[in-house]
Amino acid sequence: MIASSDDIIIKTIARIFVPFIQLYALYVIMHGHYSPGGGFQGGVILGASMALLLITHGYDEVKRRLPEGVVMLLGSVGVLIYAGIGLTCLLLGGNYLDYSQLSVILHVDPAHARSLGILGVELGVGFTVMAIMYSIFFDISTGGILPGDEKRNEELENNG
Amino acid sequence: MGYIITALSVVCILGGLFFFTTATIGLLRFPDFFTRLHATGKGDTLAVFLCLVGFAIHEGLSLTALKILFIAVFMFLAQPTATHAISRAGIRHGLKPWVKGEERQ
Repeated sequence: MIASSDDIIIKTIARIFVPFIQLYALYVIMHGHYSPGGGFQGGVILGASMALLLITHGYDEVKRRLPEGVVMLLGSVGVLIYAGIGLTCLLLGGNYLDYSQLSVILHVDPAHARSLGILGVELGVGFTVMAIMYSIFFDISTGGILPGDEKRNEELENNG
Repeated sequence: MGYIITALSVVCILGGLFFFTTATIGLLRFPDFFTRLHATGKGDTLAVFLCLVGFAIHEGLSLTALKILFIAVFMFLAQPTATHAISRAGIRHGLKPWVKGEERQ
């Protein structure tokens, strides 16, 4: 388990940087469809900002800000957005993820509908990648042993 | 006017390259962990800052220059913090600072 750092320099710089890193991640996601970047890269940067918070401010602080239930919910919602947009295109008579079909419900011309559809898919990918990257880092850094989950920890100890 | 801007950016970039060189020489020649960290931590921070400012001056007044300056500010804060964290990790791991007369580590 990771405890909070006792060094004020590291904690302060991390606290100042985390919002700017997250803002940059949103910028990367939003510009994904016409410049380098996209949902995956932006999601990784978002996950990295939470990892920075975890190694500087410790387990309790991060758990208070982003509980594990919310992480899993975000990961599932991202997949739901991706598949939902794809299936909507399918229902409107096009192929899976054929964004130009969305022009019927968005009331814009097909070119704009493509742009907005890709943006929606990138947002979904960003949510999922952020949640899963953070979850992987969290599981590796705690070694699967979580404070508060006494029953599971005893099982792990008994099994060696 | 164009000559002055180009000259200014070239001076900044050459200064940055000079500090990169001195930091690398320090990394190769200094005797132990903390002195090597001292050379690269200070030298690289200033070198990256000078190089990025040189690029921003060369770019002129534009959005790209603003982005480069954001990167410069980020590096100027993040690099000393990372150096500080690494040196603390070294102290906690039990590394003893080098004193005169000892062998290179």
